[in-house]
Formats: sequence, C-alpha cells, structure tokens
Amino acid sequence: MKEVVRRYGLGATVLMVTLTAFWVLALIVLPYLFLVDASFRPFLPADQVGGPNDHYTLQNYLTLLNPNATKDFLFLSIPIHLYVFFQTVALSCLVTMITLALGYPLAYILAKVVNRRSVATLFLILLIPLWISELLRSFAWYIILAYQGPLNALLGLFGAGPIRWISGYNGVIIGLVYTYFLFMLFPVYGSLSTLDTNQIEAAEDMGARWWQIHRRVIIPHAKPGIASGCVMVFMMCAGALFVPKLLASPSSRWFTEVIMQWFFEGLDWNTGSAYAFVLLLVCTIFVSLVIRIFKVNLADIAR
Amino acid sequence: MSEGVELSDVSVNFGSFRAVNNVSVSIKSGEFFSFLGPSGCGKTTILRTVSGFIAPSAGVVSIGGQDMAGIGPNRRPTALIFQNLALFPLMSVWENIAFGLEVRGAPKAARRAKAEELLRLVDLPGAADKAIAQLSGGQKQRVAIARALAVEPKVMLLDEPLSALDLKLRQHMRTELRAIQKRTNITFIYITHDQGEALAMSDRIGVMSQGKLQQVDTPKNIYENPANGFVASFVGENNVFKGKLEDVQAGVGTFLAYGGEVLRARVGPGVKAYSEAKLYVRPERVTLSPLGATPRRGANSAAVKITSVAFEGNFISVNASDNRGRRYTVQVPNDASVWVPPLDAEARLEFDPDKATVLQDELAVRDSEQGENTRGRQSFALEFAQ
Repeated sequence: MKEVVRRYGLGATVLMVTLTAFWVLALIVLPYLFLVDASFRPFLPADQVGGPNDHYTLQNYLTLLNPNATKDFLFLSIPIHLYVFFQTVALSCLVTMITLALGYPLAYILAKVVNRRSVATLFLILLIPLWISELLRSFAWYIILAYQGPLNALLGLFGAGPIRWISGYNGVIIGLVYTYFLFMLFPVYGSLSTLDTNQIEAAEDMGARWWQIHRRVIIPHAKPGIASGCVMVFMMCAGALFVPKLLASPSSRWFTEVIMQWFFEGLDWNTGSAYAFVLLLVCTIFVSLVIRIFKVNLADIAR
Repeated sequence: MSEGVELSDVSVNFGSFRAVNNVSVSIKSGEFFSFLGPSGCGKTTILRTVSGFIAPSAGVVSIGGQDMAGIGPNRRPTALIFQNLALFPLMSVWENIAFGLEVRGAPKAARRAKAEELLRLVDLPGAADKAIAQLSGGQKQRVAIARALAVEPKVMLLDEPLSALDLKLRQHMRTELRAIQKRTNITFIYITHDQGEALAMSDRIGVMSQGKLQQVDTPKNIYENPANGFVASFVGENNVFKGKLEDVQAGVGTFLAYGGEVLRARVGPGVKAYSEAKLYVRPERVTLSPLGATPRRGANSAAVKITSVAFEGNFISVNASDNRGRRYTVQVPNDASVWVPPLDAEARLEFDPDKATVLQDELAVRDSEQGENTRGRQSFALEFAQ
C-alpha cells in the first residue's frame, strides 16, 4: 500500500481505493446480501414486511421441492421446478461437451495447422457474429429453425425433412452451442497457441500416432484452456435467458425462466432469490469439480 | 544396429526459394557426420528431410538402402534431437525418456527399467522422477539424448543441440556425445554452424552454403585442403590475397597479388590458370621474424609493421600491415623459442608455398552458380516458348 501511495500520491490512491471499494461493496456485496436475506424471509404483502410474520425460514428453498406440481420422468414423479433445474444443469453440461468437441479440433487447426497469416482473417470471420446482440442472434435462429423456415426448405431441396427443430430442448441446444461456442474456442486456442510445435514433432518423431500425440502432449498442455472454456460455457448456459426463451418449445423451460417468473411475474423476490442461489451453488460446485478433474488452479481458469 | 543414409540429388523448395539444392551424399553406417554451414544454408532442412518432416521436392532419401518416400517421421528408424530439445515439460524425466516405448505399448515396468538404464548411459542416474523444470541445461541435454536413444534408432539426427549451453559445458558435451556415439555405434548426423564442434566430433563433415554441399571430407582435409574459398573462409581464419593465378608448374602456382607481389602456393581444385582467384593462408602457418634475420629459402615473404599484439593464452595473436595497407593476422605460438614481435616493430612475415592455397573466389563460386541458374531459366523459357 505504501508503495502505491509513493507512486501515485495520496489523492489518487484514496480515489482508487474508494472507487474500488464502492464497486465491490455497493454494486456486488450489498445487493447479494440483500438477496441472501430476502431468500430466507417469507413473501409477504407490503404492509406485513417487518411485522410478526417476517421471520427467517427455509420455505423459499423448499418451494423447489413442491410436491403439488410434478412431472413424470421415467418412473419418478419429480417436482416440476426441480425437474427444470436438473434439465438445465444436465443440458448445460451437454452443451459444454458439444462445444468442447467442436471447439478443440477447430482451435487446434487455428493454432497449429493454418498458416499464421490467415489466422487473423479467420478470427475476424468468427468474431463478426458477436457484433450482433445475443437476442437478435437468437431470433435469427428462431427463423432459421422454424418449421417452414430456410433450414427445412434447404433440406427439402435434398429430399429430406422437414424436421421440427424447435421441439423439446433441441432448439435450445443448437442455439446455446452456437451462442457460446467462441467462449470455448478462445481459451482453448489461447493455450494451444503457446504449445511449442517442436513438442508435437518430437512426439511424432518418437513414433506416436496422432491420437497418442493429442492424448499425451497436446491435451495436457491445453488443460487450463479447456477447463476455463468449460467453466465459462457451463456458467453462461446455465444462466442463459434469451436462447431458451426463444428456442425452446413452450413446455420446455429453463431454470432462469423460472427465476425470472418469480421475480417479475410473481413479484416474489424471496423465492426468486432462493432459486437463484441454488443455481449459483450448483455453478460453484461445477467449477470446483472442473478444478478437481483437470487438476488446475483457479488462477489458470481466470486467465 | 545402425544404418547408412543416402541422399541422391535431393532438392527442397519452399515456394520459389530453393533451400536445398541438389545435395548428394552417402553417410556410412556408424559414422558421425556433420553438416556445417552458416544459418540459412539449408542444413536444418536436410535434417528435417531425413527425419521425414519435409518431403524432398526432388531426389531420394534412403536409409539402410530403403527409399523413405511416403514414410512419415513416426515410422522412420530415425530419432531427432531438436535445437530446443522439445522435452515434454508436463512429464517427469523417466516418462520423457520412455515416451517412445509408451506409444509402442510397452508395459510400465519395462519402460521404467529402460529409462533407468538409459539414464545411467547418459550419466544421470537417480534423476528418473525429477521434473524437467528441475534440470540444468546440461542435464536436459542428456535427457533429450536418452529419450532419442530409447526408441533404438538406426540413425540419430541432432539439430545444433549444444548451441544453448555455455562454453565449458558445450566442450564437455562434445566429448560426451562422441563417446555415446562410439558406445552405441549409431549413425549420427549432426547439424552445426560451429566449426569447432564439427571439427572436433565428426568422422566427416559436409560444408554447406546456400543450399549446396560445398565439400565433403574428413575434418583434417576440410581444414587443410578446402575445396573453395567459401570452405576456406568459413572453416578457420585466413589471410587472404586477391589476385590472379599466373601459371602452374608441378602443382605449385605462381600467384600475382593485386598489390604487385608474386607469391607461390598450392593450387586448389577448379582454379584455372590466368583467372581471378584468392590466395588463402592460415594465421598459424605464417611466421614472423626480425627484419635482420636471414630469410627462409623458397618462402613467400612480406615486410610488415606490427599493429597489435594480444596475448590469448595458448598463442599470441598479432596483427600487422604492410606498406600497401594489406592487413595480416598471425598466430604466434606461446613458446619461449619463438620470437614475439613488440608493438610497432618492423618484421618479416613469411609462409611456405605448401602452406598456402589458391582457391576459386567465394564470389566466383556463387557467380558460376548463378550463371547456371540463369541458363536454366533461359532454357526453361525456351521450352515454354516452343
């Protein structure tokens, strides 16, 4: 701290510290504390807030397990919100795996196969869609995937289809893979591009086949990037709102939609925040699992 | 077991750039062969062609009599040691060494045993479980050698592996490498721009310049009988006289230097009488004596003034110049019986005709090459026109 004061002077230091503290406290910690508090209090009419009924309770969290509204899944009858929650987590995992399966080969090609001079152009082509808002891109997919939309028209030319793309969660998976693909590609590309090409050649020279080189040399090197990409894509999928809203069939909902409903349709911030914290908890568990599985540091992922 | 390597008329083009130009050389089984040349001369390209990372644009690479065309680096009986070694930083020392066995499906115990054995061979026992980052430069070197030996290659290819080491270690590793080569009796193909390395280690050296093999011979012959001006000036130091070869009698040529001196020297290959050439004489083949002393019979001589005297330890490096402004470098052995001239002294510089060589000028060699190229282009244009 003394060093900072010496370098920037007292005034600038105080300003920097105050602004940072304001940012962290007023914009992050306080809102969260408010929501944590709210999540443990019952949803009451305005005149009863602070009254005798306003006491701490776990009721909001237990709403998730409400047995009155259930959905049959295999042989089980699962509370509907819990079902949506598991669907969201499982499908986010699936989308993460699909983006990895598509992103790793492409990242490898960009980092090690393609001529260095054309990489910039290729990245530009990949980045251009990001200039358009997520909402508009989701709408675009809504049109593309429509039953009488261009994709089915194209398939019709080859005598295939039409396929009902937006049924169940299919449209959501396609949309999420498309929307968050680059968040997998970039970190994986970043770690692959630091790999010394000589190591690949050395492995090949010693008789390794291509899959052995990937398994023993390239993937271990790319692990921090893969972990970081997985964490990012999973979190963004689990927290996605527009894509599932537009591309899911009406009966297939995403957990964020349920949270949003509590907040803005039910005006029940208490239950909404309880649901939101359950999602946050699962995301935290996912990150720590990834750290455990890939044996990387938190710092590697944040990079 | 080792195998010989044969390059016949190998050329490698990168776009319009010809990195390797019509190289033919036969490397014998069990030989330590060095490609020596300045950076960008195509020597690394040759190595990568032998290891299979580059396919020759023309010509044939064969190992042990077998044509290697279409055989990838992972199926060639070669092992390459990279300039930066390319050890796998995420694997331990023994996993690095055993990698080649691992990908061949050898069981773990056998891999470990082989790695331990090779670590003893490269004089690094007990390092098996260390991480690569824990090793020093010289130790990494040894691990890289062990890793290459683990796949029992018939031919070992080394791409300037010592260039990152400091001088003392480099000299130590030279003898070490040579010893390992003798012990394993594997054919070694060594790439270097360091003439000292090439001279000290090799059975034979191929000197390269601009993609062409200039001379292939033993280190002694490369040094004593360079084939042309490039080889003479790249390997070791020289005093150079520009001039014309006047005529040749019994292998000894009369050379007319552009300063007007008439000198006598051996005549190298390809130098025509009455053509421009250069006379080369090594600094250690030149002697200095006081002006008053009796001149040696038959020796070339010049009166010079000493411009600097530097003590180098095993010899004394003396610079001198004559009244025409020509500069000379002389290495005077550090020996009490030899006269060391004081600074600014007048002295007689002498060298015997059999110690000096008249060679085709380096530029002349290049010009004639370019001539060939233009001719090639013209004939191509002609064919095209027809």
